[in-house]
Amino acid sequence: MMKRYLVRRAGQAVVVLILIACVNFLILKLAPGDLVDVLAGESGGSDPHYLHLLREQYGLDRPLYVQLFQYLSNLVQLDLGYSFRFNMPVRDLILMRLPATLLLMFSSLAIALLGGITFGVAAARAPRSLRDSLISTTALLAYSTPLFWAGLMLIILFSVKFGVLPSGGMATVDGPKDIVSIIVDVSRHLVLPSITLALFYMATYTRLMRASMLDIYNMDFVRTAKAKGLTPHQVAYRHVVPNSILPLISLFGVQLGSVLGGSVVVEVVFGWPGLGSLAFDALFQRDVNLLMGILFLSSVMVILVNLAIDLLYSWLDPRIEVGA
Amino acid sequence: MRPILEVRELSIHASSGGQPIPLVEKVSFSVEKGATLALVGESGCGKSMTALSLMRILPEPAVRIVGGEIRFEDEDLVSASERRMEQLRGNIISMIFQDPIASLNPIQTVGDQIVEVIRTHNPISRKEARARAIELLRSVRLPDAERRINYYPHRLSGGMCQRVMIAMAMAGAPKVIIADEPTTALDTTVQAQVMALLRKAQTETGTAIILITHNLAAAAEAAENVAVMYAGRIIEQGPVREIFLSPAHPYTEGLLGAIPDNAEGGVEIAPLAEIPGNVPRPGTLPSGCAFAPRCKNVQQRCRNERPDLTAHGNRRVACFFPYSQMIAQ
Repeated sequence: MMKRYLVRRAGQAVVVLILIACVNFLILKLAPGDLVDVLAGESGGSDPHYLHLLREQYGLDRPLYVQLFQYLSNLVQLDLGYSFRFNMPVRDLILMRLPATLLLMFSSLAIALLGGITFGVAAARAPRSLRDSLISTTALLAYSTPLFWAGLMLIILFSVKFGVLPSGGMATVDGPKDIVSIIVDVSRHLVLPSITLALFYMATYTRLMRASMLDIYNMDFVRTAKAKGLTPHQVAYRHVVPNSILPLISLFGVQLGSVLGGSVVVEVVFGWPGLGSLAFDALFQRDVNLLMGILFLSSVMVILVNLAIDLLYSWLDPRIEVGA
Repeated sequence: MRPILEVRELSIHASSGGQPIPLVEKVSFSVEKGATLALVGESGCGKSMTALSLMRILPEPAVRIVGGEIRFEDEDLVSASERRMEQLRGNIISMIFQDPIASLNPIQTVGDQIVEVIRTHNPISRKEARARAIELLRSVRLPDAERRINYYPHRLSGGMCQRVMIAMAMAGAPKVIIADEPTTALDTTVQAQVMALLRKAQTETGTAIILITHNLAAAAEAAENVAVMYAGRIIEQGPVREIFLSPAHPYTEGLLGAIPDNAEGGVEIAPLAEIPGNVPRPGTLPSGCAFAPRCKNVQQRCRNERPDLTAHGNRRVACFFPYSQMIAQ
């Protein structure tokens, strides 16, 4: 059952990935200007013949469908092309930057989930209390604050005013070399960007957790739990919270794509050397191969994580059966 | 015999911001060890709120007890500490609910849920509790208990879930079991089995049962005493046989008339009698007798004055013109 399910999901994933690759390719081709135009612009104009030669060299003069087909057949061989701006294969470039982004994303999501659940529970256990109002209002603020602004304000507060945390980068230049110090150093650099990225999602999870818990509190089995003689604490943590987390898990999968998008902004604001800032550079430099590579990798990640979440969900909620 | 549970003048109000709305007004009843009392009424008459209040698990603070006493043995549960109530709930006083599948946590196995109540009240190991849970499931005749103990509620039928609920209610040493419409959500064939199980538990342990139901026939079968509620008040109470044979309150008579009889020996089935109108919504009670607008014997006095519950033989009736009197006149 499980095996068949995984095979089917993998098949679906391949189809989705091919479609995404095509759409990425076509949309980026629709944008006016290509790599050669940007090169020409930067060098202050060149003669048309040279531009034509360049296009021929990069294969940009061939018909669109040929380029697309070439791109797809390269993809199948896990060849993401060559970044002419960085003079490196796109795959190597991405693999170099991926760990930083994964570190940022997963620490933000961990903060967001843990914080969201904690605050959501705290709010829902005393609805309409002062604590609830404080949490709900703060969540609303965090929810409506633009990421870049929150990042800049955190830099001003913690780096400029208090001088306790570094304002950017991932590690101190010329920093310590032993492993413990490196971990401490990177963690210190991680604090502000991961909190910035986490804020919005923490607010979403807080609101959802609160609403979900209030909903679950009205369920019959919670009344049963009370009738068993459990303390309010036991009722909340054994029965209400586990059932309330389920919607958060679904939202988590849906939001993963937008977390990647958010990490572009945060990485640029904090100079975090990850995929996001790479994508930002690639976009402005018309490095289409690189950009497509990053987009493709993002979709692979979103699909994988969603598969993992579906499996996790069926494990957490026995009513949902894999393959059904 | 002294009652094990005695409710005196219990009142429950709902307050949603503004004026408090009375849901239950000065309700009194009692039940003895090993006996069954049925609380009967239409939905919205306050019987479920009364049941929840006995366990003190009303949806507070929106709905709460505002007066009266719930005497259990020698203590008043209305003023008992929350800690004391936790000791009693699920152990000495337990409850069975209407929708058994929804009453079980969907993401825990039924075994874990029974083990939880056992271990809440007894300092025993998980393994011992599990053995006890299997024993309980066998005693409620859940087929294949050793295997089904690991099932999640959605894999069991409603009847099986209600057996699990009864097993859970029996996990302690219950002196009172409150059964709130325990068979309403079940198939007819299963209803009889569940009622039989409750009776079996009662004869084995001598527990008292408070049966909340809208079904007067079910009450007549299971209980010795009955209290009929209407719009938050008891309007007639006494021995079930007497009330069943000759209802004194027009409302009780109406309820009895709404039970479909089996046509015997080719007798034509009479059309079901119905009580015209609806139960007044809480907070919109008329000034006189709450039943006056729907009563076929209504008099001017009924519209102006509210009748108190007064003794008529070994029964108590809240009506100015109860049937026995009318017959006497």
